[in-house]
Amino acid sequence: MTEQITGSESLVRALEHAGVEVVFGIPGGAILPAYDPIMDSTQIRHILVRHEQGAGHAAEGYATATGKVGVCMATSGPGATNLVTAIADAYMDSVPIVAITGQVPSAAIGTDAFQEADIRGITMPVTKHNYLITDPDEIPQAIAEAFHVAATGRPGPVLVDISKDALQGMTTFRWPGQVQLPGYKPTTTPHARQVRQAAKMIVAAERPVLYVGGGVVKADAAEDLYRLAELTGIPVVTTLMARGAFPDGHRQNLGMPGMHGTVAAVGALQQADLLIAVGTRFDDRVTGKLSSFAPSARVIHADIDPAEIGKNKPVDVPIVGDAKASIIALTDAIQAQLDSGAQPDYTDWWRTIDHWTGTYPLGYDVPDDGSLSPQYVIERLSAIAGPEAIYAAGVGQHQMWSAQFIDFQHPRTWLNSGGAGTMGYAVPAAMGAKVGRPDATVWAVDGDGCFQMTNQELATCTINDIPIKVALINNGALGMVRQWQTLFYNERYSNTDLNTHMFPDFVKLAEAYGCVGLRCDTAADVDAVIEKAMAVTDRPVVIDFQVHKDAMVWPMVAAGASNDDIQHARDMAPQWARED
Amino acid sequence: MRNRHTLSVLVEDVPGVLARIAGLFSRRGFNIESLAVGPTEQAGVSRMTIVVSVEDLPREQVTKQLNKLVNVLKIIELDDEQSVQRELILVKVAATRDTRSHILETVQLFRAKVVDVAPDAVTIEATGNTGKLQAMLKVLEPFGIKELVQSGAVAVSRGTKGMTDRNLRSA
Repeated sequence: MTEQITGSESLVRALEHAGVEVVFGIPGGAILPAYDPIMDSTQIRHILVRHEQGAGHAAEGYATATGKVGVCMATSGPGATNLVTAIADAYMDSVPIVAITGQVPSAAIGTDAFQEADIRGITMPVTKHNYLITDPDEIPQAIAEAFHVAATGRPGPVLVDISKDALQGMTTFRWPGQVQLPGYKPTTTPHARQVRQAAKMIVAAERPVLYVGGGVVKADAAEDLYRLAELTGIPVVTTLMARGAFPDGHRQNLGMPGMHGTVAAVGALQQADLLIAVGTRFDDRVTGKLSSFAPSARVIHADIDPAEIGKNKPVDVPIVGDAKASIIALTDAIQAQLDSGAQPDYTDWWRTIDHWTGTYPLGYDVPDDGSLSPQYVIERLSAIAGPEAIYAAGVGQHQMWSAQFIDFQHPRTWLNSGGAGTMGYAVPAAMGAKVGRPDATVWAVDGDGCFQMTNQELATCTINDIPIKVALINNGALGMVRQWQTLFYNERYSNTDLNTHMFPDFVKLAEAYGCVGLRCDTAADVDAVIEKAMAVTDRPVVIDFQVHKDAMVWPMVAAGASNDDIQHARDMAPQWARED
Repeated sequence: MRNRHTLSVLVEDVPGVLARIAGLFSRRGFNIESLAVGPTEQAGVSRMTIVVSVEDLPREQVTKQLNKLVNVLKIIELDDEQSVQRELILVKVAATRDTRSHILETVQLFRAKVVDVAPDAVTIEATGNTGKLQAMLKVLEPFGIKELVQSGAVAVSRGTKGMTDRNLRSA
């Protein structure tokens, strides 16, 4: 006779079969049955977080740092709704996570029962797919499908909501082999003819740019991109989500494009005659005013999600496929073109770009009053912690400065909330990354606003031996919003002063959570305090860097403006036309 | 150019599938003119006929976004010329001794039929494409339309080939 087990035991077995090593979550009434067998699992480590949002971002951090599927778990109602922000974040940034939620017993569904929320309905717009399971026999199939959908094609979050009676009911366990979903067949192999056509355009172009997005990181295609770039000598711009996909400091890396991109990256896109866009989605933060974005460029767009191709910008050569497969195919096709005599010449193009790079490098002003530059802190952090460390940021000025001033050499070392722009992402994401990559030094570079949204997870880190490090870029304000008030609202600082140079005392807060708390407010002490933090390995560290309040992120393209109107410093616009 | 498009969408007949599709249209800012859904000759597969009014580029987005839904099996766009489209209406028209015969004449002209008769009203059932039904309603309007209920369009391609011909399970 087949072994009879509960739905909960079936769930835990299914998670084990899916290869789950760690689950971030919090129990509650409806999910409670699942927490009993989880206690006995030798494979699954459950990490008890302090807020479900933390569980969701930790799953994201784990997934992004390791390339595996992250898992979070919560109970019904508010437990599940607290996951929604992280799920939406994962949806925007294509992060493979599976969220398991408990649901009220099936007989109570629809009755406004205690802690009931229609989480399947709520998360429909922000999940790749989701399930409501009320029959214990369906649990293994749903879990297998959830992991398959989350990890394949364009990755994303999948939610599995399981009613309490399904968790408690008796069933037998059978792990499905190959998952077959008739309505889900991602195209991974690029079309050979399109690739050939793209290769011809690339060798014939005079001003091409490789516009690289997060899809390249997700497809683990960084090495392949490197080969393509080296073969062609084409300039590369790496979007916010693609920092680390191509090494900084490489001559061809122009840096990040977009609203706070480098002048060279923005200028190259604007003046290109060919964009080779790979694993990227022409986000408004990259394109600026769409109608004036890259006006003379023809576009090759390779993406695993056909819906992204042509969504924002008309495309000349669409390539649907996995970024790695597409880059390899393109490289081979270009090699074939070169072998048969094509001689692309980008000399003039590079002369123009080198002029921009030389004239408008990334930089910042040191404040006159002797207060600390946030950019300096991040530059030093990068120099001392090095390119092997993992960096997680939230959203805002500290995020942009991190993207600009950290020297990224490897993929999966940069975690941030790109599409959703979720405050509070950094600390729990760093926690998840450290769990997945315990060997790596993991720094959360966080703002004082963001930090106060999820810093309770420091308790989780301390108790579970997850020694992350936090560099708090504390300017006492909601810095990015304040920057916009400075620039666009006549310096009327409505509700952006957090008074965080005084309250809370972040050093005491860190210590209260069992972390080492450090403070730094002068440039002279920056190196020493970072080195002190690097030496701590047995518990989390928080450094409260008290930085200049009025520091701003430059360059900047104002929201809705054309990329041509980028300013590299306040009221300073680059001279585009170059007189030879 | 803004155009009316008829999409036939095969979906898995599972709970929530209508909400997924309706939600997708709403959050992407696409407008549904009409929607009809029902079972097909294949067990477990439902067919939706969705009439949308969008510009060409967004129409491509509609199809691509719909295709991303795991429960959506297949989408085709039905060309007006190459397909047969039908809507059903039930309309209750005020009828007096003087007007009843005129109404019945209209019913015959449009090859509709009377499905209920009351002392001061008749209820008419009619099928056809949008144009025909609108024309009939225009003629009936002066008599006094007391109640109108209208189905979404259903549509099928002309010719021998069916949308579900190829085995969906292995598609």
